[in-house]
Amino acid sequence: MNKKPVSKKKLLGTPYFIWSVLFIIIPLCMVFYYGLTDKSGAFTLENVLAIALPEHAKALWIALGLSLIATVICLLLAYPLAMILCNKKTGKQSFIVLIFILPMWMNFLLRTLAWQTLLEKTGVINNILGFFHLPPLSIINTPYAIVLGMVYNFLPFMVLPIYNALSKIDSNVINAAKDLGANSFQVFWKVTLPLSIPGIISGITMVFIPALTTFVISKLLGGSKILLIGNVIEEEFTQASNWHLGSGLSIVLMLFIIVNMVLTAVFDKDGEGSFL
Amino acid sequence: MIKTTAQKIYIVLIFIFLYAPIATLMVLSFNASKTRAKWGGFTLKWYSALFRNDDIMQALFNTLLIALIASVVSTLIGTVACIAIMNLKKRSRAVVIGITNIPMLNAEIVTGISLMLLFISMGLKFGLGTILLSHITFCIPYVILSVMPRMKQMNPYTYEAALDLGAGPVYGFFKVVFPEILPGVLSGFLMAFTMSIDDFIITHFTKGAGVDTLSTKIYTEVKKGIKPEMYALSTIIFMTVLILLLLVNRRPAEKKK
Repeated sequence: MNKKPVSKKKLLGTPYFIWSVLFIIIPLCMVFYYGLTDKSGAFTLENVLAIALPEHAKALWIALGLSLIATVICLLLAYPLAMILCNKKTGKQSFIVLIFILPMWMNFLLRTLAWQTLLEKTGVINNILGFFHLPPLSIINTPYAIVLGMVYNFLPFMVLPIYNALSKIDSNVINAAKDLGANSFQVFWKVTLPLSIPGIISGITMVFIPALTTFVISKLLGGSKILLIGNVIEEEFTQASNWHLGSGLSIVLMLFIIVNMVLTAVFDKDGEGSFL
Repeated sequence: MIKTTAQKIYIVLIFIFLYAPIATLMVLSFNASKTRAKWGGFTLKWYSALFRNDDIMQALFNTLLIALIASVVSTLIGTVACIAIMNLKKRSRAVVIGITNIPMLNAEIVTGISLMLLFISMGLKFGLGTILLSHITFCIPYVILSVMPRMKQMNPYTYEAALDLGAGPVYGFFKVVFPEILPGVLSGFLMAFTMSIDDFIITHFTKGAGVDTLSTKIYTEVKKGIKPEMYALSTIIFMTVLILLLLVNRRPAEKKK
C-alpha cells in the first residue's frame, strides 16, 4: 500500500534527472572528449600536456598566484565581518541582502569597469589622495588591480558561508567555554574557529575557483597585458577556434576544481557552510 | 564601547568598498561629458537617449525575457525535483545532490564551453534558445538548494495526516506542503532571477551572433567605450530593485508594531 505513492513521487524528479544528464553530465563528457582527441578524432594527451608550454604554464601560475592572494584577502576581510553580522541580532537578514545581493543588480561588468574610473591616474581615488597630499596610487593595469577586482567581486561568496556556519554555533557551547575559564581569545581559537571550518572551506572554494578561472576581470582591469589561464581558454574558443586545445586546458582546470570539491566534501559533510 | 565603534567603522568601510563602484556608475549616468575620465556638468540627456536606443532596449528585453522564463522554469523543475529527491534512498540522494552541485562548484567558463560544445554537436542554432537552456541549467541548483532545507524542516506527518483525512496527493501538497516550502521557493526564484540577470560568462559562450543580453552588449562595448545610456539604464534598474526591496522589508516591520 505504502510503496506506490513513493515511487510516484520519485517520478516527479524525472524532468530534472533527464535535464541534469543532458545539460550537466553529457556536456562535461564532451569537454573530456574534445580535450583528449585531436582534430581527426584520434586519442591524444597533447592538448592536456600543452599546459606545460611556457605561455600556458605562465598563465596558469599567474592565475594561481593572484587567485590565492585574493582568496586569502577575502578570508581575512570576511571572517571579522561575518562575526560582526552574526552578533547583530536585529534585522540582520535584510541587512545582509542589502550588502551582498543588491550589488548584483548592477551589472557585474559595469561594476568592475567602474573600478577603472576609480583607480585611473586622474581618477577619483587619486583625487582624494591628492587632496590629503598623499602619493598617488597607480595600480590600474597591474596585477594589483586584478586582485582588487577579484576580492571585490567574490567577497560575498566568502562572507555568506562563514556567516551561515557561525550562526549555527550553539551559544551554550561558547558560554560553557567561558564558564570553564576560557578568555575570549581561547574561546575563539578553541571553539568558534574550529566550528566554523565548514564555512571557511566552502567560502575558499566559492572564491578560489571563480578567481582562478576568470577571464573578465583580468581583461577589464589588467589592461589586456596580463593573461590568465581563463583568458587563454576563452581565446581558444572564441578567436582561435581550437576547441581541442581549449578543452584540454579546461581539463587541467577541472583537476583543481575536483580537488576543491573533495576538500569541501571532506570538511563540510552536512552542507553546514552552504552558500544559501 | 570602543569595540562596537570599531565594528561599525569596519562595516562602513566594507560597505563603501562594495558600493563605491555603484555610486560611481550612478554619478556617471548624470555626466554631460561622454568620457568617463572627466565631469562635464549635470545632465539628464542619457536618460532620454536611452529610450530611443533600440539596441539597448532590445538587449534589455532579451535579458528580462530570459531571466523570467529561466527562473520560472527552473523553479518548477527544481521544486518538483526536491520532492523526488526527498523520497530517494540515501545513496542515490547523495549522487543527485552531487550532480546538482556541479554547476555551482564548477568554473563558469567550463560550464560555458561544455554547453557550447553540446549545442554545436546537437546542431542547435545559437540564439535566445541556447542561452535559455544554459540559464535554466545553472539556475536549477539555486532553487534546489533553497527549497531543500525547507523540505527537510517540514514535519512529514502533516502531509500524511492530510492524506488520511481524505485529501488527494495534489490537494494535500498544495494545502499542506506548499505553504511550508513557499519561502524557500520564492527565495530560490529570486536567486535564479538575479543570477540569470547578472550572468555574463555562460551567456558569452552560448549566445549566437546578433543576439545580445545587456551583459554581452556591455562586453562588446568595452573596447569602444561604454555608452553613457548604459549607466543610465543600470541606475534605473538598481534604484527600482532598491525601492522594491525597501517596500518589501518595510511591511513586516510595520506588522510587528
